[in-house]
Amino acid sequence: MAIRASRRWQAASVLALAAIGAAACGGGAGGGGGGGGSSSKTVTVAVVANPDITQMEQLISNFEKQNPGIKVKFDTLPENQERSEIQKDISTNGGLYDVVMISNYETPIWAKNGWLDNLSTKFINSDSSYDVSDLLPPIANSLSYNGGLYSVPFYGESSMLYYRTSMLKAAGITLPQHPTWAQVAAAAAKLNKPGKVAGICLRGENGWGENLATLDTVINTYGGSWYNTSWQPQLTSPATESAVNFYVNLVKKDGEPGAANDGFTELLTLYEQNKCAMWYDSTVAAGSISAVPSVFKDTSYAFAPTEKTPASGWLYTWSLGIPKDSANQANAWKFVSWATSKPYLQLVGQKLGWAQVPPGSRTSTYTNPNYAKAASAFASVTEQSINSVNQAKATVPKVPYVGIQFVDIPQFEDLGTSVSNQIAGAIAGSESVSQALQASQQDAVPVGQAQK
Amino acid sequence: MTVIEQVTRRAQARRVTPRAPSTRQRWTRRLPLLPALIYMIVITQIPFIVTLWYSLQNWNLTSNARAKFTGLSNYGSVFTNANYRSSLLVSVEMTAVAVIVSMVLAVALALLLNQKVLGRGVARTLLITPFLIMPVASALLWKTTMLDPTYGLVNWLLSPFGVHHVAWLSTHPLGSIIIVLIWRWTPFMTLIVLAGLQGQPLDVLEAARVDGAGAFVIFRRMIFPHLRPYIELGTLLGSIYIVNTFDEVYSMTQGGPGTSTTNMPYYLYEQAFQAYNIGGAAALGVVTVIIVMIIATFALRLIASVFRFEEAVG
Repeated sequence: MAIRASRRWQAASVLALAAIGAAACGGGAGGGGGGGGSSSKTVTVAVVANPDITQMEQLISNFEKQNPGIKVKFDTLPENQERSEIQKDISTNGGLYDVVMISNYETPIWAKNGWLDNLSTKFINSDSSYDVSDLLPPIANSLSYNGGLYSVPFYGESSMLYYRTSMLKAAGITLPQHPTWAQVAAAAAKLNKPGKVAGICLRGENGWGENLATLDTVINTYGGSWYNTSWQPQLTSPATESAVNFYVNLVKKDGEPGAANDGFTELLTLYEQNKCAMWYDSTVAAGSISAVPSVFKDTSYAFAPTEKTPASGWLYTWSLGIPKDSANQANAWKFVSWATSKPYLQLVGQKLGWAQVPPGSRTSTYTNPNYAKAASAFASVTEQSINSVNQAKATVPKVPYVGIQFVDIPQFEDLGTSVSNQIAGAIAGSESVSQALQASQQDAVPVGQAQK
Repeated sequence: MTVIEQVTRRAQARRVTPRAPSTRQRWTRRLPLLPALIYMIVITQIPFIVTLWYSLQNWNLTSNARAKFTGLSNYGSVFTNANYRSSLLVSVEMTAVAVIVSMVLAVALALLLNQKVLGRGVARTLLITPFLIMPVASALLWKTTMLDPTYGLVNWLLSPFGVHHVAWLSTHPLGSIIIVLIWRWTPFMTLIVLAGLQGQPLDVLEAARVDGAGAFVIFRRMIFPHLRPYIELGTLLGSIYIVNTFDEVYSMTQGGPGTSTTNMPYYLYEQAFQAYNIGGAAALGVVTVIIVMIIATFALRLIASVFRFEEAVG
């Protein structure tokens, strides 16, 4: 019997490992062989799956015609997977990618870690055809480290308030171009018709890029912050707590039902289906709404609502950088400069329509008469929103970090995820705001200590 | 267990002991299996050993620091971490409720499907369908077309009964996921139980009926004891699969709201791909493997007993 038992145990181990081994090892097994290497003419690009990138993939033959012999290979992944693929590759010097699409969250951190090329000194300063002064200044600043650009923007966004002109008119409400949150909340209370139309649609879904993006702009403008100058967490400070209470109560009372599961995609659908009277979200949504003419015609735009700061919009950009370990640097820059250039934006306008031009990267987009005509309703609010952002001074008190809808430290992805979980719990009503913030504060302590 | 033991003993008694094969014979028999075995070891055991090694390292991909050997400290933090304990509890609750409810439903459905009724073939095919749909696709369907507070079919169906605009995934997140799991796994269990039912000789049941046994007594005294090993097998196989549930959590709730639906696999995913804490995630993986291994041992013992049982019957 003993022999049989031990065999059975062995067999059990094999079965169990087959069942879960793959899942368990997934995290560690990455970072393997470097594929893109040795002076090949193929540029391997990791990009995020979104409509602007799909356009680029359609237009890539234009680049390959201009640069005979160079082939571009896209590795297109959903946002979360793309992030972790690149993170694995770049931190283990995998050398798999010649170009990576990253945001203003990663760029300064990775530049500091020495993982990215300094594009300014390596390419831009000696490439007169690349009009670097045309990049929108706040976007370019957010992608800089010690005065050098470490990635260049493909598109950029801030946040703004969308509202249905006819619904506000019917309720006798007028909103100023620069509303306060108090005005927005009062309007939401009047506009909310439970079961038919939500007064205001706001993000509640888990994820540091989901509910925390909108909530952080509210915390900032209410005078709250993540940390004080000595890196002590401020998530339970009166200012932060009042901001979170305001946000959570607003969503619960006059927001969409089931908000704790709604992120950008869900809200875009609700707004396009006439289920939101107002919606506070990314400026990039304007382009998507334009695909639904009846809603688009009835939409007005206001700047991100404020309380104590002059502006409160966030700043986000998808940009292209070149990993230091890429063996194909010169060709990589040829591709990066093509995809983020003025001629590329022209090409999109001519080939695919001016409303489809990736917004928020270059000043010249907003002075282009064709673009102004196609995007007249929202172009100026978008441009002014981005230009009024000051990433280094987004909060009322002095803070030791950079970032509006994030804290630009490596641990934030983890900390932000757990805090956003707590906030979603408070929105769902499974815990109170003060419980959620107490738990978040505890998570934030060791992260703060690690910064000193 | 007594029935199985009796049957097993009888089966063993009846078995003729063959002449023991020589070493050479044994190896010629094994030889054709070797490539598969080696392949299996390469793709499952080597990564596992590497994972064991990672689990002893302090290695976080977000920092520039090289991996450092830290001994068992990652395991220490696994067990002291409140989030891991809560994910363990969520996993246990999710698995236990989903398995028990699907098994009860499966027995009922299998008994129905075992009757000779019109359209039995169609009913069986329809019943098995949920198990054949890709988990991600069915999870998204449940999230958007069924449970959505604004457009969901569930709210629409319940609205005549005074239920209005319930945000299922916000107010009952774990319950919603468990319902989807039950919907998905009941067919699997039904198939196993149905196979068991069809293996039961009808003459015995008929004899019982002639002797004047009622339907309930027949089920309780004859059908259920016969089904027991099949029910146990279904329960254990189901448990192993449901403990590993990831798709539903990832696509319906992302582990939230709060941490109410963060089970072990999703927590592991967060540690590996959001915190980039490779050492910690590897330790989590190893602990999870050990837990599943314990369950799998029981499962295998049962599979063995079912085979012996069939030998005895056949």
